[in-house]
Amino acid sequence: MSATAAAERFDNHWSYAEEVEVLTFDLNGETFALEAVIVQEILDLLPETAVPGSQPFVASVINFRGKVIPLADLRLAFGMEAEEATIDSRFIVIEIDLQGEPTLVGLRTDKVNEVTTLAKNASEAPPSVGMRWRADYINCLVKRGGEFIILPNLQAIFSSRHDAAGAGN
Amino acid sequence: MSTLDPVAVFRMEAAECLEAIEAGLLDLTHQLDNKDLVDAVFRGLHTLKGSGAMFGFEALAAFTHHCETAFDRVRKGEVAATSELVAAVLAAQDHMRALVDQPDADYGDTGHKLLAQLQSAVGAKAAAPATATAAVAAPVQGASANKTKNSWRIRFSLPANAMANGTNPLGLLDELRDLGECTVRADTSAIPPLDELTSTELYISWDVTLMSEQDRSAIDDVFIFVLDDMELSVEEIGSAAAATAAPAVARPAPAAAASVSPPPVPAAGVPEFRPVEAVPVRREAPAAVSQAKAAENVRVPAERLDELMDRVGELVIAQSRLSQLASASTDIALRSVSEEIERLSGELRDTMMVLRMVPVATLFSRFRRLVHDLARETGKVIELVMEGESTEVDKTVIERLADPLVHLVRNSIDHGLEVPADRLAAGKAKAGTITLSARQAGGEVIISIKDDGRGINRERVRAKAESSGLIHPGQPLSDPELLQLIFAPGFSTATAITNLSGRGVGMDVVKKTVEELRGAIDIVSVPGQGSEVSLRIPLTLAIIDGLLVRVGSGRYVIPLSAVEECLELSLEEDLRSRGRSFISLRDSLVPFLRLRDLFRTGTKPDVHQKVVVISTGTERVGLVVDQIIGDHQTVIKSMSKLHNDVATFSGATILGDGSVALILDVGHLVAAGQQQEAQLRVAG
Repeated sequence: MSATAAAERFDNHWSYAEEVEVLTFDLNGETFALEAVIVQEILDLLPETAVPGSQPFVASVINFRGKVIPLADLRLAFGMEAEEATIDSRFIVIEIDLQGEPTLVGLRTDKVNEVTTLAKNASEAPPSVGMRWRADYINCLVKRGGEFIILPNLQAIFSSRHDAAGAGN
Repeated sequence: MSTLDPVAVFRMEAAECLEAIEAGLLDLTHQLDNKDLVDAVFRGLHTLKGSGAMFGFEALAAFTHHCETAFDRVRKGEVAATSELVAAVLAAQDHMRALVDQPDADYGDTGHKLLAQLQSAVGAKAAAPATATAAVAAPVQGASANKTKNSWRIRFSLPANAMANGTNPLGLLDELRDLGECTVRADTSAIPPLDELTSTELYISWDVTLMSEQDRSAIDDVFIFVLDDMELSVEEIGSAAAATAAPAVARPAPAAAASVSPPPVPAAGVPEFRPVEAVPVRREAPAAVSQAKAAENVRVPAERLDELMDRVGELVIAQSRLSQLASASTDIALRSVSEEIERLSGELRDTMMVLRMVPVATLFSRFRRLVHDLARETGKVIELVMEGESTEVDKTVIERLADPLVHLVRNSIDHGLEVPADRLAAGKAKAGTITLSARQAGGEVIISIKDDGRGINRERVRAKAESSGLIHPGQPLSDPELLQLIFAPGFSTATAITNLSGRGVGMDVVKKTVEELRGAIDIVSVPGQGSEVSLRIPLTLAIIDGLLVRVGSGRYVIPLSAVEECLELSLEEDLRSRGRSFISLRDSLVPFLRLRDLFRTGTKPDVHQKVVVISTGTERVGLVVDQIIGDHQTVIKSMSKLHNDVATFSGATILGDGSVALILDVGHLVAAGQQQEAQLRVAG
């Protein structure tokens, strides 16, 4: 997907309001944010069941309130190193639309920070150079107090991983 | 409070209504003089017309009206029910179905053609639009000289939420006006002060005096859709020619019914009105019975059942944790509560399982129409026999079986049954019989389609398979193997593809669907005597019996239906089999897969590894596991789309401790194992 398309999508994203409410969390020292409306629950670590043969990005499943849901590691989408869980690690359960079906997915995080509001005018489309992550995996970057918060494009991440196993990186 | 979309509710009702009409029509084809069936079809059409109009399906209502009129004439004995009429209405009924689904679509001349057909079936006069309209239009004003004119006093009030449910009281009043001269008084006494008024609620009740030559049932018909919730009293207040009219119209009110009707509400706003004899309106006896039946069933969206199932699953898990705690405790009271909860949650789970079960009658009933149509198309005389319709199967299974069964029935009729002349020449009865049967056997339901036709022509199957390269010329095959060939993709024994078969579903698709349901197909065919195709399907998709095993640190469920036996892989056998992956089992070689390698667990094997011998239907394969934990009743949870690419597992389940175990898809597992071995051979 081109950077222009990503920017358009990001415009849609905030087209109705100047602000968006997000949940921020840390992964390998970077701060990410998810739209608060898609967040279902924040969980303490649960027993994981490995799914042999699956993509490393979604290598296991967990029992979320009687449902078996995949557990994804955004680190792998962004080419970061997988890390052991720490005392601050949590799972965030989100609901996203996968091929027209609402799907619950768990995300690993190193630490869940806070629910906050990000302003549209502080956001920037991902730069075309100077970044080691795939640009189409990022909706936008929001500058706040000297650091950047990354709003990942979950649709792109989950669908591209799904369509072409192991692609990316 | 009602949260369902009224149009969706109407569609559901209309579907049921159309099904009932169809069933009535099909019965009628055999018993053309059955008055009850005529009445039933008429009622169905009338209901459909009325509720269609009420929910804004004008095209449907207008179209249905003509069919209703035709049937009304039959009902009144003006014309006889003929098979042409039934066929015309059957065809018309498909059009109605289309109008329900897509009320705004342009169907061109379809409707006109059907109506023309209908017209010729009942005689041109009957369905001529002018006459048809006149039947419901207001009787000519000033026709009071008519001897059979009666006066009725009708009081009715609708529930406050009636308008939210799609009822329009003005429509009811219009219908009453259509019956004759009306004087309508609205009782507005219940209207609250403006600040308490809710605009969607209905506060008004009506008092109507009606002069009509229609009889009492016409009035009842006006209220037929809202009767269940409303208060209605109808009384006769005299007739212009009482002596002649009374016997015809004054239906004695059943005393018993009077006692169950709600007491008439004192009419605050209309003090002058005193009921002389409030006749509670009840439906006619047969309708009342069916109404009672309908009330016993509740329509629930399947996803709510799934949610409930999830909750029950959680409860069972929480309960097993409770019993672990309780068994470690010395508190007698705690232990007894825990046992009680264990029993209750077990029962709840069993009840939950049967909630999804529906009788196969819902599946079979649609074949009556199919067979009826096919008989007309092929010119064959077909008798359809259905057995075991009360057998219950999971709703999802039923839905998925519909298309395969249609194909099998078509096949039986198209390829199996002979035309009457051939049957007579073969010394058989003129009418061919198709038997659809269902019965339960253990955890499976067996659904079979049997015909008494010519049977499968083995030579032709073989010739076709050889010509399409499925088998080598002259390759020896057992009879079952030969018959299984018809399930090969692209295989069809029909020399010419008729418009009956070959509608996109082949026998290979049938087989695939059945296998997806974890079922199997058997064929028995005797030349000259007919064929029987039996589908063996698990009763439910939601739960299976499984064998819980451990591989490395992970636990997996192997469907018990695939398991043949379990044995120990001795250390020496294990070492010996390093270079070859098979063991000898009662003098036959059984290849095996080491799941530890396949799943790349990276753990050391247990000292006493076990081999679970499974059968994929065609071959036996051993699966080497570290430990067999035991039987496990498994509630199947599907895996998300993100794991669609992992074919080795057909789903997942949640164990007593709340952790997840994956369910092995035996067929895919063996295929994956073969692939991996092939790669190893290439690499090594």
